[in-house]
Amino acid sequence: MSWTQVSYLYDGTYAGFLTCVFESYLHREEPMDFTPFDQAAASFYPQRPVEADRKKARRVYRALEQFGLEGKRWAERGFLTCLPEREVWLWRFYQLGFRQKRDLTRNLTHPVVDTVRRAVRHLEEEAHLLTGFVRFSELEGALAGEITPKNRVLPLLRPHFCGRYPQEQFLLYDRTHREALVHVPGKWAILPMEEFQMGRAGKEELHYRRMWRAFYDTIAIQGRYNPKCRMTHMPKRYWGNMTEFQREYPPKLDGLPPLP
Amino acid sequence: MELLDKLKILADAAKYDAACTSSGLDRAGRPGTTGSTTLAGCCHSFSADGRCISLLKVLMTNVCVYDCQYCVNRRSNDPPRAAFTPRELCQLTMGFYRRNYIEGLFLSSAVLVDPDYTTQRMIETLRLLREEYRFGGYIHAKAIPGADPLLTRRLGLLADRLSVNIELPSAASLALLAPDKGREAIFAPMKQIRDGIAVSKQELKLYRHAPRFVPAGQSTQMIVGATPESDRQILSLTQGLYDKYRLKRVFYSAYMPVSNSPLLPAPQGFQPPLVREHRLYQADWLLRFYHFRAEELLDADNPNLDPRLDPKCTWALRHLEFFPVEVNRADYEALLRVPGVGVRSARRILAARRVGPLTFQGLKRLGVVLKRAQYFLTCSGKPLTGLKVREDGLLRHLTVLDAPREPVMEQLSLFDPPAGA
Repeated sequence: MSWTQVSYLYDGTYAGFLTCVFESYLHREEPMDFTPFDQAAASFYPQRPVEADRKKARRVYRALEQFGLEGKRWAERGFLTCLPEREVWLWRFYQLGFRQKRDLTRNLTHPVVDTVRRAVRHLEEEAHLLTGFVRFSELEGALAGEITPKNRVLPLLRPHFCGRYPQEQFLLYDRTHREALVHVPGKWAILPMEEFQMGRAGKEELHYRRMWRAFYDTIAIQGRYNPKCRMTHMPKRYWGNMTEFQREYPPKLDGLPPLP
Repeated sequence: MELLDKLKILADAAKYDAACTSSGLDRAGRPGTTGSTTLAGCCHSFSADGRCISLLKVLMTNVCVYDCQYCVNRRSNDPPRAAFTPRELCQLTMGFYRRNYIEGLFLSSAVLVDPDYTTQRMIETLRLLREEYRFGGYIHAKAIPGADPLLTRRLGLLADRLSVNIELPSAASLALLAPDKGREAIFAPMKQIRDGIAVSKQELKLYRHAPRFVPAGQSTQMIVGATPESDRQILSLTQGLYDKYRLKRVFYSAYMPVSNSPLLPAPQGFQPPLVREHRLYQADWLLRFYHFRAEELLDADNPNLDPRLDPKCTWALRHLEFFPVEVNRADYEALLRVPGVGVRSARRILAARRVGPLTFQGLKRLGVVLKRAQYFLTCSGKPLTGLKVREDGLLRHLTVLDAPREPVMEQLSLFDPPAGA
């Protein structure tokens, strides 16, 4: 293919990316990299800024139907993954899909399909793990939790938690991507949020945390101690946000003067 | 007694039960309730022994009238005893569930007074949880052998999964170690639950608001290593349970030395048979997902699973006439029998070969574990290039893959005491 090689500058949203796909077909350009506006830097390729256009994005989005149900899922979710140069891989994936249609998801040995499938699987597996590993704290009647995932999992976690706690007000903060899922009964939103600090836990909350830790410590069988197995199933990078690993520090200093 | 202490005692008493799954049922949350369940289940944490924590696994009480030799809660033992009230347990479950610590409740109980009274207390707890607290999460309850069938039915209408523990793999061992529980008393509720599930499924087809009886199916568990049964006996029993009782899962629990009884292995120096348990689970998976039968895996000459090698490889080595399998032509069942090919990769092979012929490099992309599968596959009639292993060397090559890693090397020292000194 002898399309001109270019570098796209776009706004970093999914609609913006779909517009880039539209433009690339319109102008017969092959994007070699995608850069959000705010991270613009010099490039080897001629740079072209693309403004997001909902109409164009919608046309591309509709065309994704051709990939079949699974193919469409990979095409959409690919944008939420932490794959390096994910836009370029996705663009190649779309290009292949427009040619191969429904055969796309069967062509599993193709390097592009393989890369995108693996990335989406990583995303979905992380989201599945987090449906279990998220820990909420009750702060003045509302629930608040915090995660630090590699992929943008909030859109995937949203149906699970909104369905599970239809009566609760809760907030789930994604520290890696600086956004939060906010839910009040009947409504939800995923909003960008620069900073979030968990408030001080009340007495009841502390009591429940203590009981959970006691349960966690008790349920393990000493004679079967197997830290490798635990780390395989629950990698250490999740531990930081989990109640069972947050011990009550500082320990009680009976009768000692407070530290300077 | 404080709730915290009760929780410690009753979780400690429940921890030897292996089952902690929350799978088998998809139920969306509804407005006005709390909780949902997912088909695949969900692990909320993993304890220091590497086992999944999905449900709040506790006993209603650990005060027991029975004297089963293998059990920590037996009458003749002297641990601290406690009991939850239904209200306490409900509050605890809801408090944990809201904070996303757990997927639901696993309620078991020692036999207090008699099986009927025990079951009534469990029913009272579950009723409170479902009706007053509007809990829609997962509930796994133990059916108590010997309880009135009507009570077991009520329990099954409130819970998602029921289980009756077989405890030991043969009637003789059961009579020896658990004199208060008869084989009949265990199989009667299992039959009742099986039939109840079948009837309930039929009713749901006619009327979608029909009551759901044990919608996530039933399971059981047995203790391995406390009694002299062979793996062959255990696996045939398992196969029978899947065939005849339509169980969802059979759990194996390596015996932990909790008793000084002369009828059991002495606790001094006893190593729980963890590798054996692992192999049994691997074989169990072969029965459930890989279309194997127990009699194919083990026979009278080989009554036990090979600890060095997984059961699928062992089978493959005994049936070399079945191999090599041609990736581009073989059917799904044949692909599943290849070591290194799982359910997912077999499905992917079926999909991918519709687009074009598969190569070994392509197989790697599909997630096939080539270091095992290479010996048993051909791609378009050709084995992997450069592969030179004769049949007699195969066992050695495969056991190396399964063996635990070598211990960390140490710098030699001139001044180490000689071995045995």
